Amino acid sequence: MSHEDIDFSTRRIGALVLRHLYLMRKSWPRVLEMVYWPTVQMVLWGFITLFLQTNSSYIAQAAGILLSAVLLWDVLFRGQLGIALVFMEEMWSRNLGHLFVSPLRPYEMVASLILMSLIRTLIGVGGAAIVAIPLFHFNIFDLGLPLIAFFLNLVIMGWAVGLIVSGIVLRYGLGAESVAWIAVFAIQPLCAIYYPVEVLPGWLQPVAWALPASHVFEGMRELLLHQTFNWHHLAYAVGLNVLYLAGGIATFLGYFRAARQRGLLLHVGE
Amino acid sequence: MNASHQGYVIEAHRLSKVFDQVSAVDDISLQIRHGVTTALLGGNGAGKTTTLAMLLGLLLPTTGSIRILGEDMLQHRYRLLHRMNFSSPYVDLPQRLTVRENLTVYGHLYRLSDLKQRIRRIAGELNLDEVLDRRYGRLSAGQKTRVSLAKSLLNEPELLLLDEPTASLDPDTADAIRTHLEQYQKRTGASILLASHNMSEVERMAADVIMMRRGKIVDAGSPDRLIDRYGRSSMEEVFIDVARNRELHTK
Repeated sequence: MSHEDIDFSTRRIGALVLRHLYLMRKSWPRVLEMVYWPTVQMVLWGFITLFLQTNSSYIAQAAGILLSAVLLWDVLFRGQLGIALVFMEEMWSRNLGHLFVSPLRPYEMVASLILMSLIRTLIGVGGAAIVAIPLFHFNIFDLGLPLIAFFLNLVIMGWAVGLIVSGIVLRYGLGAESVAWIAVFAIQPLCAIYYPVEVLPGWLQPVAWALPASHVFEGMRELLLHQTFNWHHLAYAVGLNVLYLAGGIATFLGYFRAARQRGLLLHVGE
Repeated sequence: MNASHQGYVIEAHRLSKVFDQVSAVDDISLQIRHGVTTALLGGNGAGKTTTLAMLLGLLLPTTGSIRILGEDMLQHRYRLLHRMNFSSPYVDLPQRLTVRENLTVYGHLYRLSDLKQRIRRIAGELNLDEVLDRRYGRLSAGQKTRVSLAKSLLNEPELLLLDEPTASLDPDTADAIRTHLEQYQKRTGASILLASHNMSEVERMAADVIMMRRGKIVDAGSPDRLIDRYGRSSMEEVFIDVARNRELHTK
């Protein structure tokens, strides 16, 4: 392979991002959908928090604990969905054949998916977080710098899952697109979003600790309940995410190669 | 232009593709001459699209080698893709984007300079000025085909692969597209490989014809020589003979 074959072009990545920004600009239902579900979730959990505040000493200790959890969980979910939906847009529009007879490298597509997922997650969860300020007098930005660490670790885990899902949809066709909506919920009970890992049965706890999200949510609770930032959890989350993201990228590229072997890039569909 | 020393723009050697034990392309070798239009003919399921997909690198061959513009396609695919392009009515562009937006995205993918002027010029040449700011999904079949062709000509390819470029078009639009391709080839010296079911198109445009049946190349030559060899009066009759596996008619 020559230097030109392993090129990494920001212009090509920008071209794909531009393609999806064009789409977002002229499709308000798509933008609305990004903000709608995170906001509905936030409102629901906001009222549950108001109710539990007077009935639960745990919630009374830190009123924002449920709302922080629900918003941060949505970072992971939207991060994953952002990758999968943007990739499936190419399949729905039967555009993959044209894209991959251009000099676009599959890893450049991965980079553009990640960028678009970041934009979509910021719009969706950011919108819900802003609405929470006047509605429930809850400002997640009060978490300060740790919020950036929580956000990045969760969105990166979402990217890893999203890339695996995209690979599966490429390999098995749009008939498998429901995987994009359900995949992340298979691990949701293990992510310690609303309860600590120690609540889980002993044999499941090692599985939970192998998820970056569990470390983030445990760290979030420590910060809200005890005002301490646990660097130990952060280090674990970052280390695991390095493995998860590498695994996600490798899986997507593996499925992409399988698609080239099976002729799926020209014949996308169910 | 940097074609190989023999003057072949494509050289495929012992190319095969097997899908789940079914042989779609079976041990074919072909050489496409530089600067001319070559037609790849065959009935449905003959292996034309599979062959085109392998030449484009969209599909990995089970066995065999491909050299394009003098370089190994499997080794230097991305370098070569800058110098090639492809159009097919069966591969779409994003429906909600306008024609201009689609061409802009693809122009960036090919890292083209002077993109705005380039789009304006190609739109003028293909009579797309009036639909540049219309959504691709709202265009007629003929307009979509012209947009797909505009996309494929954006980077001024030295090698253009076309899968049924005039399928489902009215005779007037089809003629305009053929004329444009002929003018492009005359201006740039580009090579064109064309998969088509339209025999009058093949007779008009192709200097060479490769005929496929059931994944194999069964005959090749210029349209005139094939018509003569089969003792027929048109490529349409030759096509039917080949598709139905008839013996050669001798004059």
